[in-house]
Amino acid sequence: MLTLVTFLPLAGGLLLLLLGRESHAAIRRVALLTSTVTFLLSLLLLRGFDATASGYQLVERRPWMSNPQIQYHMGMDGISLFLVLLTTFLMPLAVLCSWESIHTRVKEFFLMLLALETAMIGVFFALDLFLFFLFWEAMLIPMYFLIGIWGHERRIYAAIKFVLYTMAGSILMLVAIIWLYSLSGTFDLPRIQSLLQEGVIRLPVRQEMLLFGAFFLAFAVKVPLFPLHTWLPDAHVEAPTAGSVILAGVLLKMGAYGLVRFCLPLFPDASHKFAPWIVGLAIVGIIYGALVAMVQPDYKKLVAYSSVSHMGFVVLGIFVFNQVGMQGAVYQMLNHGVSSGGLFLVAGMLYDRRHTHMIKEFGGLATPMPVLSSFFILITLSSLGLPLLNGFVGEFLILTGAFERRPAWAAYAATGVILSAVYCGVTSV
Amino acid sequence: MTPALADAYSLAPVITACGFGILIIVGDAFLPRGGKSLLARIGVVGALASLAAVTLASRHTDDAYSGLIRTDAFSLFLESLIFVITVLVMLGSYDYLVREGLPLGEYHALLLFAASGMAVMASANELLTAFVGLEISSIASYVLAGYRRTASKSNESALKYFLLGSFATAFFLYGAAMVYGATGTTRLDVLREMFVAGRAPGPLMLLGCAMILVGLGFKAAVAPFQVWTPDVYEGAPTPVTALFASGPKAAAFALLVRILVTGFGAANATWFWAIWVSAVLTMFIGNLAALTQNNVKRMLAYSSIAHAGYLLVALAARSEIGIAALLYYLVVYALVTLGAFTIITHLGEPGERRLEIDAYAGLGTRQPFTAFCMTIFLLSLLGLPITAGFLGKFYIFDSALKAQLPGLAVMLAMNSVIGAYYYLRLVRVMYFTEPEQEWTPEPVTAGVGAVMFLTAVAALGFGLFPGPLMTFATISAQSFR
Repeated sequence: MLTLVTFLPLAGGLLLLLLGRESHAAIRRVALLTSTVTFLLSLLLLRGFDATASGYQLVERRPWMSNPQIQYHMGMDGISLFLVLLTTFLMPLAVLCSWESIHTRVKEFFLMLLALETAMIGVFFALDLFLFFLFWEAMLIPMYFLIGIWGHERRIYAAIKFVLYTMAGSILMLVAIIWLYSLSGTFDLPRIQSLLQEGVIRLPVRQEMLLFGAFFLAFAVKVPLFPLHTWLPDAHVEAPTAGSVILAGVLLKMGAYGLVRFCLPLFPDASHKFAPWIVGLAIVGIIYGALVAMVQPDYKKLVAYSSVSHMGFVVLGIFVFNQVGMQGAVYQMLNHGVSSGGLFLVAGMLYDRRHTHMIKEFGGLATPMPVLSSFFILITLSSLGLPLLNGFVGEFLILTGAFERRPAWAAYAATGVILSAVYCGVTSV
Repeated sequence: MTPALADAYSLAPVITACGFGILIIVGDAFLPRGGKSLLARIGVVGALASLAAVTLASRHTDDAYSGLIRTDAFSLFLESLIFVITVLVMLGSYDYLVREGLPLGEYHALLLFAASGMAVMASANELLTAFVGLEISSIASYVLAGYRRTASKSNESALKYFLLGSFATAFFLYGAAMVYGATGTTRLDVLREMFVAGRAPGPLMLLGCAMILVGLGFKAAVAPFQVWTPDVYEGAPTPVTALFASGPKAAAFALLVRILVTGFGAANATWFWAIWVSAVLTMFIGNLAALTQNNVKRMLAYSSIAHAGYLLVALAARSEIGIAALLYYLVVYALVTLGAFTIITHLGEPGERRLEIDAYAGLGTRQPFTAFCMTIFLLSLLGLPITAGFLGKFYIFDSALKAQLPGLAVMLAMNSVIGAYYYLRLVRVMYFTEPEQEWTPEPVTAGVGAVMFLTAVAALGFGLFPGPLMTFATISAQSFR
């Protein structure tokens, strides 16, 4: 079942190869159909999911290679299910928003998009460190092409920067993964975890800190945590709309997911030791992202910096180490995926009509486009965390968690909420 | 089996290759001017026959010729690799030779002689035999480098390679003489027994070992003996460059491993730091210099230096899994580089005019299959998952970490990221930019297409199913027990 959901998009993408280069309509329909069926299938996962049980569910496990010992080991728990649903939900939207705006190399575009979906879902389901890394890196290629071929003016620079940043982070994670493998003789995540907990393999403090650092760096680049965020505004601004939606909606979550899935359970001591520093960076990110967002004339850049701010909240929620904070973090991931995805969709629609991302060009939009404007405002409000809308819940939970741990943290982070009202207010039409 | 026959068995691949080489030279004299393409066919058949003869050699895995030659899984592994490389180089160069109007006969004969020399290097168990193999392969290589007689670059390449190369082989020979002077033997297994028996290496011995390392370091193009590589690779005819980057490098590494592990294995503290330092230098020099290259051949030349550095990391691990990793990586690297150079040959146009990176602009839309194969090769060199290059790097990381060399592993990781920049640069040009002047690449011919297809399949196949190759590599690595 998990395999089906994971590889269906890729299969659909390969099906596209059989279609003629010029039959754009058919290509678009196949892509939409594939992504919609994937979404429906992933909804079935929700029915098969037992919320009361602990551990991984719907596990699939098959040996793949004997040297190194690699298993095809997939499974899901609540967090991965959430994020997969987010992915499969955003994907048909991404296909739809590219319907009119992509004219060149249509076939390759949708192939890349669908291949990307497979890689993203794979990341969330993989329970074998090697398999995880495989999907993690496989995601780079389609994204590189999406930004590099179909992006805006400075697309090539942005594409290279995106790949180099991510690779620099993840290659050290690979070393750490192999180090764990040479210690434990397996890539199996649950198995390594139990070996560590039972004390069968003991990590000296220094070694644990190094391993944690390697994993953390890879994920922090992806989140992105201040000061590793500089690839994000470039990639966001230059990517085509669908790319931005996926980037903001899903890719950033992969970093936070990695922190929750790997860093905390594998290296609990090191996580606690580094927590104050990481929280510090997260709070700096929250405030800095919001301040920079305030002065952006370019709307896509504004959303990009607001993502830095919002993802800072997620990291804060994870590293306060209490249940409320963690719940808030997971909830915030989902919300941010939906809201920022929505904002980029709106930005893309406006761009298709006005060919600009400049905020000052958006004045008086409410008169000619009343429907779009009201949705715009609704998403904006949810993004700034207005009560009754989804953004509020996540941020509130995270702040509560932070307050329980240390009130000062909550106070600093809360200024970010206020600032977000300012930059979101800028766009009020 | 009589002893003489058994000895002949273990050299069967070498004898076959030489036999076909001589056949081609003789045939060249008698064939009419229009019928020379038969020679190319004989060449391919000869290389295939030599590859088949490797199975003959496998029937007699033992010392042969009173210990001068040793046939074991390791030598069989490398001989197979060398003759596969030869076949592929031949397939990829036919159209090039016709296009450039170069004689077919000598070329194929020289390739077979070079391959036979490499095969001797792979199975030599004694320093002078190794030297003979080194010279056979080198002299054929010098001639091949200057095969485009009318092009000044090719001449420069041949002359540089010849002058520096003969200097390096002289170093090797001098080192062998010193080792002989110090110990009274040139046989590697006898040396090994001496060390195991507790003999400490004296100064003469160390000097000899160092000189041998210099000679082989030159042939394998590792720092600080890599300076000749870009010029020679750039000037040589592109299919010959394909050979240089794969075959001689594999043979040089084979000999390096054989000498260091068998001969000086029990005294590995003497050479460990030399290899460590050389590995770091080679990786960084290769990758950093490749960043600024605009000529595809030069870029891949520097990339081949960097990959030699990765191989040295595996050697520095001084373990069986290290050698297995080295062998696996060697196969992957050699095939992928060969594929990439074949594409460069194919796109070169008469006189090798089209070698700038910018000349590849728009290849993604004009010849999608070629661009796709090139992308696979580049991603494999870069070491991205699903490609064989990733697993190759993985095994090297694994061996380095198991040998408690995290420093080397981290530096290898850093270099992978540096490499990403220039490999992706070519991908970017092929797919993201449009050429300034309209051009249509020549259609892919059968030979070139076959090489591209086979190497691309290897790059993906070994990446997804490394089992058989890795098993063979592991068994080969156990030859040194």
